[in-house]
Amino acid sequence: MWSPPSRKPPAGPAAHRGRGLRLVIIATGAGAFSGLFGVGGGTIIVPLLVLWLGYEQREATGTSLAAIILIGSLAAALQAVYGNVDLWKGVLIGIPAIAGVITGAAVQQRISERAVAAVFVVLLLASAAVLIF
Amino acid sequence: MTAFDWTGLLALGFAAGMTGGLVGVGGGVLFVPALVVFADQSQLGAEATSLVGIVLVSVAGTWRQRGYGNVRLKDGLLIGALSPVGVLVGVGLANAVPERALELSFAGVQLFFAWRLAKRAGLR
Repeated sequence: MWSPPSRKPPAGPAAHRGRGLRLVIIATGAGAFSGLFGVGGGTIIVPLLVLWLGYEQREATGTSLAAIILIGSLAAALQAVYGNVDLWKGVLIGIPAIAGVITGAAVQQRISERAVAAVFVVLLLASAAVLIF
Repeated sequence: MTAFDWTGLLALGFAAGMTGGLVGVGGGVLFVPALVVFADQSQLGAEATSLVGIVLVSVAGTWRQRGYGNVRLKDGLLIGALSPVGVLVGVGLANAVPERALELSFAGVQLFFAWRLAKRAGLR
């Protein structure tokens, strides 16, 4: 027997109303905090994607990194114009970091969402403590 | 630089990347102190130089996470492309509000997020 197509909204992030505006607000918050403190884009993007747009913790991680490519490149280019970037030292610390991020992403696929959230909560608490003290 | 400095940069660089891969941040929170302590940089210089590491982490991390199916590329690029608006807001705030107040507000926001995420994940 024929039945009408379901009107149920799609599950997941697409289901959220006003998500365009929410993305704009997330972008503004991330830009503002990373502009103010030099760090902090990811600590704004990840929680807002999870709490506000219904992302899973891992999806928020990957999507945040994609955003940081643009945020970081722009900031790096601006700082380089002012002659503040020591490229050699940046590459020196960046190469072990590439090995680290590949390892971290692989580990993340093998632990629970809950464990990923727990690591992130610890990072947020540590970051807040550094700001307060 | 001494062997101790090299070891420190390697270890903290790796740890910063690991943090980025696990939770989706650029790693600046570890790059900056590492550059100050082991590479003889000023706080401002370290913040600028750390951006090189952050870009490398975000490119490699996005590549890997995309392989795992965890990247919503359109949303990510939209957030990245619009973030300069936020930078302007940040600069405006920096000129209007005392630095200590900004630090405490940001810490407050992070504590709020920590509480909500912990609650959502059923942590205690």
